[in-house]
Amino acid sequence: MIENQKNYLTYPKGIMSWLLTLDHKRIGLMYLFGGLAFFFLGGLLALGMRLELAAPGNDFMSNDTYNNVYTLHGAIMVFLFIIPAIPGALGNILLPLMLGAKDVAFPRLNLASFYLYTLGALFTIYTIIAGGVDTGWTFYTPYSTTSTSNVIPMTMGIFIIGFSSILTGLNFIATIHKMRIPGLTWYKLPLFVWALYGTSLVQITATPVIAITMVLLILERLLGIGIFDPALGGDPVLYQHFFWFYSHPAVYIMILPAFGIVSEIIPVHSRKKIWGYKFIAFSTLSIAFIGFLVWGHHMFTSGQSVFSQIVFSFITYFVGIPTGVKIFSWILTMYRGQVSFTPPMLYALSFLFLFTIGGLTGIFLGAVALDIHLHDTYFVVAHFHYVMQGGTIVAFLGGLHHWWPKSMGTMYNQTVANICCLGVFLGFNGTFFPQFLLGLRGMPRRYATYDPQYADLHNYSSFWSAILGLSIFIAIMNLLWSLRKNNKLDPGTNPWGAMTLEWTHTTSPPHPHNFEEEPVLEHGPYDYDKVIVEPTFKK
Amino acid sequence: MDRLTEYLFPKQVSTFAADIDNLFYFIFYSSIVLFAIVVFGMLYLAIKYRFKKGDDIRLTSSKDHNNILESLFFIVPLILVSITFVWGIRSYLKMIIVPDDAIEIKVTGQSWFWTFDYPDGGTTLNEFVVPSNQPIKIILSSKDVLHSFFIPVMRSKMDCLPNRYNIMWFEAQQEGVYDIFCAEYCGTGHSQMGAKVVVMKPAQYEAWVAELGSDDENIPLDELGAKLYTKKACNTCHTLDGSALVGPSYLQTSQMWGQERVFDDGSSTVIDDNYIRSSILEPQTQIVAGYQGVMPTYQGLLNDRELDALIAFLKSLEKDSQI
Repeated sequence: MIENQKNYLTYPKGIMSWLLTLDHKRIGLMYLFGGLAFFFLGGLLALGMRLELAAPGNDFMSNDTYNNVYTLHGAIMVFLFIIPAIPGALGNILLPLMLGAKDVAFPRLNLASFYLYTLGALFTIYTIIAGGVDTGWTFYTPYSTTSTSNVIPMTMGIFIIGFSSILTGLNFIATIHKMRIPGLTWYKLPLFVWALYGTSLVQITATPVIAITMVLLILERLLGIGIFDPALGGDPVLYQHFFWFYSHPAVYIMILPAFGIVSEIIPVHSRKKIWGYKFIAFSTLSIAFIGFLVWGHHMFTSGQSVFSQIVFSFITYFVGIPTGVKIFSWILTMYRGQVSFTPPMLYALSFLFLFTIGGLTGIFLGAVALDIHLHDTYFVVAHFHYVMQGGTIVAFLGGLHHWWPKSMGTMYNQTVANICCLGVFLGFNGTFFPQFLLGLRGMPRRYATYDPQYADLHNYSSFWSAILGLSIFIAIMNLLWSLRKNNKLDPGTNPWGAMTLEWTHTTSPPHPHNFEEEPVLEHGPYDYDKVIVEPTFKK
Repeated sequence: MDRLTEYLFPKQVSTFAADIDNLFYFIFYSSIVLFAIVVFGMLYLAIKYRFKKGDDIRLTSSKDHNNILESLFFIVPLILVSITFVWGIRSYLKMIIVPDDAIEIKVTGQSWFWTFDYPDGGTTLNEFVVPSNQPIKIILSSKDVLHSFFIPVMRSKMDCLPNRYNIMWFEAQQEGVYDIFCAEYCGTGHSQMGAKVVVMKPAQYEAWVAELGSDDENIPLDELGAKLYTKKACNTCHTLDGSALVGPSYLQTSQMWGQERVFDDGSSTVIDDNYIRSSILEPQTQIVAGYQGVMPTYQGLLNDRELDALIAFLKSLEKDSQI
């Protein structure tokens, strides 16, 4: 074993070498720890909400406090954790490695994206210190133009983070087009790369719309120009169109990378060629495209025209079809494979279970007549948590466990990781499944207090949220604990027997320049029918 | 209603409620079948092809497509969502085409209460009285931010906008008192912005409407105050028995007459007629310590005689409690 071998974690040394690094892996790690810090904060806020909702009255916080807490929970989770976390952290670390490249196409731009994210995060922290914001993460006008809370710093933060998102998307698209090694054609790309490509396309096309919307909102508050506030001659429904024109595609910015992670985990841990490669690749692009045409389904009770209602309902179902194809393909991948129940695989199987519920409940909400009853109730809250947390965050945790030995060169305790995965699965269902029932019975969302008829289900949901929170916390602590001294793996480790370039052609953790020499492509990403790659796992 | 519907949904009171619940069941049972295929397929394959201790790592099957199976992935969901779409739109059209003989009632949302204006004059706050078996057309608007008028038992909901009117309708088939919620976030008092819909037999409704418009001039002030206490929805937040709800009890205020009351900013004032008047008209200026400033202003909703009546009624409570 070569003790003094260079890797990107230890070479070069010094704090400045991290702050000014152009290495995509180091930038990815900084995104990862930034994202995890906000995940922790957002999670604490969520537990605070569940504590307040455990009983009907104002038992733990006042209405105003609750409104601040739920707004910050939503804004932090969406804009500071989920949107940047997978592309910014796992995408940055893995994309060039998967392409056999030395770095992304524009390393300096990549560092600039990270600092824009940091600046946006500082605005958010300022918002919290200055007393919070109470408009909901959707900032609906005219409430957001008249609220006395810190709307401007929060929306300014989102505006800045938007640029980070656009620049990362731009960088990734250029990288995928131009930095592949010879022979790595589009159909030989790992599906995680396809997913990042779809995500990046949405990021660069949709994000400018939220940026300009936030600017208009800030200008309306500062200068009193009438765009959204009817008292000034504006139109609040126009705001909703602008907002959802970004925020619906943003759902796919959040979920497509998760699809990519699951497309990597399942073939590797089943040691089996992926089912329907081209279906999965093209369904990613078609979801990214159709996702732009369905924003009106967030506005079924806003009073838009009957014709719009019908068209938006119709197109909404076409997102469901390619998504269904993906789910069936992932399941069939296990057919005649060798399935190992490792922590990443358990997370991927949990993802399939939870995301299927999230997707199917979207069909209920797409039917206009039924949505009118369910709109803005806990049914919607449960639906998007099944997609965002049960889907994206569970896949993200799976991805972290899958690539942790690769990026950190250490192995966590796998038994603890499996138990935590079970805890997340049970805790998640216990927390959010009762919320479907609450919604059907008419419990509106964003309520600090509620009618006692809903108390039992809320109480049950709150109890399980504690288990969910604790499981995620221990799962991440288990990962961090592996970083203790004298726990290094052999640099040749490939614990899952994966065959994409980041596993077969470089060390764990990788060399500062990724590869000692330009890799030569020997096989496709999932050729488990042609090549045997032995799992290697040594201390 | 069968037991499952009773468990899952609020009562089916409007004419279209059963149809919407049936649409729910169609999607629900189709989803259960698809979900069962996904979960059992997943568990079956994962367990059947699991990697056992002692197994050799070998080359696995190159099977990665099956045209018939993949066509089914497209066709079956496509058929199911097509039915859902058509059903969803058909039911929706029933919900928006208002019958010609509907009674028109104007509903206004305002932070944080509901005002109902009836066709023959008369207004109620937070109490929406309608006759059964008669279509009701609701014209919605808001006086400030967005609100959303939601009656779960009617399966109906519509946003209230400050700059234009939205329309919804329903026909109630069962008498009773049911919940109304605000479903669009509107600030501090959002979760308290509830109301009740009272469905009466048509004859009873006629009598109620006749009384609504009747002259209040000739009754004594404290009796008028007692009427206004329920009619203007004071009772949703203030009790008469000394217990605290969202706001302090009238009885407590009455018993403290002439004494100091402490506010949340540390200041205090003596409880007298002027204090009560300003608390009704400008409730946000002095908030009693221990409570939240969620009360809306009643400026323009009560005339001078009505204000006098409420003050007289409040003062009378303490005397009554001593008897």
